[in-house]
Amino acid sequence: MGYRQSSWIEPCIFELGHRGRKGHDLPKAERSIIEEVGEVQVPNKIQRRSALELPEMSEVEAVRHFTRLSQMNYSVDLGLYPLGSCTMKYNPKINDKLATSSALTKLHPYQDEETVQGILEILYTLGRWLAEITGTFKVTLQPAAGAQGEFLGALIMRAYHTINGKQNSKTELIIPDSAHGTNPASATMAGFKVLVVPSDKNGSINVEALKTVASKRTAGLMLTNPNTLGFFEENIREIAEIIHEYNGLVYYDGANLNPILGKVRPGDMGFDIVHINIHKTFGTPHGGGGPGAGPIGVSEKLEKFLPVPRIEYDGKRYFLSSKKPHSVGKIRSFYGNVAVLVRAYSYLLSLGAEGLVEAAEVSTLNANYLLKKLAEIGVYEIPYGSERPRKHECVLSVKSLFRKRGIRALDISKRLLDEGIHAPTIYFPTIIDEALMIEPTESFEKEELDRFVEAMRRIAEEAEKNPEKIRTAPHNTSVGRLDEARASHPQTLVPSWRVFKSRI
Amino acid sequence: MMREIGIRDIDELYADVPEDLKLKRKLDLPSPLSEYEVERNVESLLNKNRTTYDLPTFLGAGCWPHYVPAVVENIIGRTEFLTSYTPYQPEISQGLLQLLFEYQSMICELTGMDVANSSLYDWASALGEAARMTQRLTGRQEILVPKIIHPDRLATLQSYIQPVNMHVRNIEFDRTTGQMSLEDLEAKISEKTAAVYVENPSYLGFTETNVKEMGRIAHEHDARFIVGVDPISLGVLEAPGEYGADIVIGEGQPLGNSMNFGGPLLGIFACRREPAFIRQMPGRIVGMTTVQNGTRRAYCMILQTREQHIRRHRATSNICSNETLCALSAAVYLALLGPNGLKELGNTIISKSNYAMKRLNEIEGVESPVFSSFHFKEFTVKFDEKRVRDVHRNLLRHNVLGGKDVSKEFPKLGEIALYCVTEIHSKENIDQLIDAVNHILTESS
Repeated sequence: MGYRQSSWIEPCIFELGHRGRKGHDLPKAERSIIEEVGEVQVPNKIQRRSALELPEMSEVEAVRHFTRLSQMNYSVDLGLYPLGSCTMKYNPKINDKLATSSALTKLHPYQDEETVQGILEILYTLGRWLAEITGTFKVTLQPAAGAQGEFLGALIMRAYHTINGKQNSKTELIIPDSAHGTNPASATMAGFKVLVVPSDKNGSINVEALKTVASKRTAGLMLTNPNTLGFFEENIREIAEIIHEYNGLVYYDGANLNPILGKVRPGDMGFDIVHINIHKTFGTPHGGGGPGAGPIGVSEKLEKFLPVPRIEYDGKRYFLSSKKPHSVGKIRSFYGNVAVLVRAYSYLLSLGAEGLVEAAEVSTLNANYLLKKLAEIGVYEIPYGSERPRKHECVLSVKSLFRKRGIRALDISKRLLDEGIHAPTIYFPTIIDEALMIEPTESFEKEELDRFVEAMRRIAEEAEKNPEKIRTAPHNTSVGRLDEARASHPQTLVPSWRVFKSRI
Repeated sequence: MMREIGIRDIDELYADVPEDLKLKRKLDLPSPLSEYEVERNVESLLNKNRTTYDLPTFLGAGCWPHYVPAVVENIIGRTEFLTSYTPYQPEISQGLLQLLFEYQSMICELTGMDVANSSLYDWASALGEAARMTQRLTGRQEILVPKIIHPDRLATLQSYIQPVNMHVRNIEFDRTTGQMSLEDLEAKISEKTAAVYVENPSYLGFTETNVKEMGRIAHEHDARFIVGVDPISLGVLEAPGEYGADIVIGEGQPLGNSMNFGGPLLGIFACRREPAFIRQMPGRIVGMTTVQNGTRRAYCMILQTREQHIRRHRATSNICSNETLCALSAAVYLALLGPNGLKELGNTIISKSNYAMKRLNEIEGVESPVFSSFHFKEFTVKFDEKRVRDVHRNLLRHNVLGGKDVSKEFPKLGEIALYCVTEIHSKENIDQLIDAVNHILTESS
């Protein structure tokens, strides 16, 4: 299968259009209103005097510009998108259809509760389902994304230790070296010192090292399980016990929840706080980088710290409650990314208990199948060997290709683009040199997986015969490799059209 | 596939999960449904709601009813945008990158800033991020904020700054005009102040006119000046960059994003082109560059060394997934309206909201607005003899959703509500409100 991405030479929007044009007419004030109030003037001191240099274009010009841009963008609906730890699964269309219904889009968050019983019921039920899936006591839907869920989780840890009179001594959060970057960043935002614990020779958290790092200063541990190497942390119970012994809390990063849905639950493993990436695990579109949603579930003893308002049910009606004296308060406006959450509700209705387990198993099967097939090529190294089963993803290293042919993980990722395949996550986890982190998800048929393997095989052969072709890839995308050094250099930085104009 | 990898049972792939941890039962969830059944189920629940189409609504307070043009929904519904993720591979993601660059550039034009990021979660969290950024820039621990502020925004700010021991001090307002008091600002600002924050329009809908003075006072004390905006007002209100803002934040939801019961929203974040500022900015930024041989323009994410996936615990923020699709909506919306459309829209809103205020104020026992200042699209309504709660409950019987009851937030101001009128409110809608209020007040007296 060949691939040629559209390559429009599309001007920046500020270079399009013509003075005086407009692409949309909004309702105007009725004549009788103007007659009644006359001309109302903005106070002189704050009236806009500065120029407003927005584009001036007709509707059709705008549509063509944006549609052309869309043609220069790869997406899940176009093909393989095996971006590790991002769970780029298929986003069912029915969920989009329901979530863009005007029965949802035209709801205001402060409407009288009697007028929004339907949406409150959806959110309440979704919260209960997520608690069941994660094995937690109560779930809040408020966080806008996974990282905000992490931040909220860390704030709940603070609140817990504060109420126990330990706010000054519980200062450290322990995080494995294979963790996502958001974990240490969230921990710092919540005011904790980050201690890094190394992985052992099997790719799991080093329990002995953890024992030496854990202390009475330990506020908690943040852990992804399965981890970013795709391994299930077998010693999870012991790990949780080590932290609990110091009265620390164990936090579950839900980035990799997909392969264990309905098989094993974080709450049962001993986690006290669990976050869920709705846009990963529950099939909502990633939207080019968001919106997602990052609910968190907590154990019973932490329920009182959840943010307000809480959605509750008294057997007759659903309502919002803010009377929670121990709550950590708020981390955003209103109740959560509702349009995303409704898609998840619909997704769960479609899959049901049986479908979730099937999704988990197929995603795991796909990752292990890919690992086996990629290992057979004989060129890509498999850190930690192929024996131990992976869960949602597998990690390869191209260290030897780099040594022998000067081909880096970056080059391979660019060459994959030429095949119409999105690149895996590269250079992550950082403990693996020249890493390619591959998460196929359950959404790809065997033929697609084989196509990926064939592409990787061709690239391996090409590395022998024509390595230059890989080093200069991609060749079939809208543009070739970028001058990224220039992009971020202070002298040539162009973060806006305004700055661009000032540079000419 | 199982044969290929040498297993007979899928559970062999879960052999490393300790047996006693495994879930031995089925999850307590409903059984799978067909697409038809899912549609019926979700629609029947959604149809229990009464939308702002069924009930003219005068609610705003951080999420506002504006019209979303069909083109906006069409463009962000394109699966090339909808089902992609963060453009880590710029060569295959030029469309999204260019559109985000255009979004950032339009936000800069609106606000009078030089650099904008490609989105934060919402206005409230943008305030938290801005406060922390000024703490990093100044090494100071205090932020001065107006006493008239949305309680969600204040609570979110507290959540973001408490972990770094930063604290908030309130600045009083003038009881007649509502304006943030310059005297109180002068009295409270000191060498401890990292930032002065003001909102324009304010939470209660009036515009702050002394913003230039506030910026000057902040800068005289080497504090930074943060301005929060409703961007839809910026066709008629001056760009904060023109009155001294260092950082501009705001809620981008009005720009082509539906209300969706309050989420997703769109956090705007922009600042001046000072190297120290740019280095400390939170969030993703897209920049324009060229391909390696320099033959054509191209776009990519820039200054990623600020971000969590590179800098880890020393990152300027933990944000990863943001609100990109909402930013795309804003860009398409602004392109459709253009400068003239946005200005016209501002004037339309002003006429309609002033009409509503005038008519409400004519009713005996009602005062609107409470403050003598100029108001943009939101304004206060005070009931002399009645509780807001009771009036609003009755309004609902007349099929009208009243504004937000803010009496508890400002007990000294009496029984007040915050109302919102935009371009979508017809004269008929407003008159329906007036008639209903008239009816409710006379009926009871």
